Amino acid sequence: MTGDIVQMGAYIGAGLACIGMGGAALGVGNVVGNFLSGALRNPSAAGGQTATMFIGIAFAEALGIFSFLVALLLMFAV
Amino acid sequence: MATETHGEAEAGLVFHPMDQFQVTPLFGDGTVEWFTITNVTLWMGLTVLSIVALLVFGARGRALVPTRSQSVAELAYGLVYKMVEDVTGKDGVVYFPYIMTVFMFILMANFLGLLPLAFTTTSHIAVTAVLALAVFLAVTVLGFVKNGFGFLSLFWISSAPLILRPILALIEVISYFVRPVSHSIRLAGNMMAGHAVIKVFAAFAPLVLISTGIGLVVTPLSILAITAIYALEVLVAFIQAYVFAILTCVYLRDALHPHH
Repeated sequence: MTGDIVQMGAYIGAGLACIGMGGAALGVGNVVGNFLSGALRNPSAAGGQTATMFIGIAFAEALGIFSFLVALLLMFAV
Repeated sequence: MATETHGEAEAGLVFHPMDQFQVTPLFGDGTVEWFTITNVTLWMGLTVLSIVALLVFGARGRALVPTRSQSVAELAYGLVYKMVEDVTGKDGVVYFPYIMTVFMFILMANFLGLLPLAFTTTSHIAVTAVLALAVFLAVTVLGFVKNGFGFLSLFWISSAPLILRPILALIEVISYFVRPVSHSIRLAGNMMAGHAVIKVFAAFAPLVLISTGIGLVVTPLSILAITAIYALEVLVAFIQAYVFAILTCVYLRDALHPHH
């Protein structure tokens, strides 16, 4: 056994932080799926809303990136 | 922890997925000061040069029937112009040059970072934080200059019920100050994660050299995975530059029209 319990905790925490990325995946999928279902009902209005979709994706993705950042900090900075 | 040795030593290839993000001086092997010319400086310079090559020399012909480089330049210009006009409104078009500059810099830095052996400048939070803080400061100052203290009505949502407004104001203030954090980390995190994943699969690729048994299965699979993720990264490189620019437009719209 090498290493200490703090390092073990950091690695376990980094692994747990990755669960948050799954949440971001659900969020982005939800945004694009709903956009697509709306776009297929009214294709003529879809073109103008692409920018809104990307803003929604960016906001949903930011929180997943935060969990990625927490994992990185635990792995390399703690 | 960053100093310990990682990597597949038995494969004869010692590298760590995060090694590609190390900032090293180009000349000599001294410490990195603020004035040291590093690989970040080199690739930022190449980024600016490639933008000049595309937008100045590529579009120099001004032909009625554009050449390939001219049509790419016109495509980029038209994309950003339409984005600024759609999101910010007619009075935001004045700020189009700034958004075009930011967009082209991030786009070219992302694309150049995808070249083999290249350094991705936008994968460093130090680089993206400067870009995001510049946007944040500019937008905040602009909001106060254009609207005076009416800019604070951005946080006081008059369409909400009165009892909810203080709570919403608190949330709005927090979300306003988190903007530069999420704005910068989104770009740096996406770039860093994508490139690290490519390197992780690259560590599996030479497995056939040490074990012909499992290596015959793993090596083709990992090379296939590198190819697929590389294609995804080309898409991500564009989308992240687009998202950065469009969020700048959204913040600019909030500064110009703080009333909901």
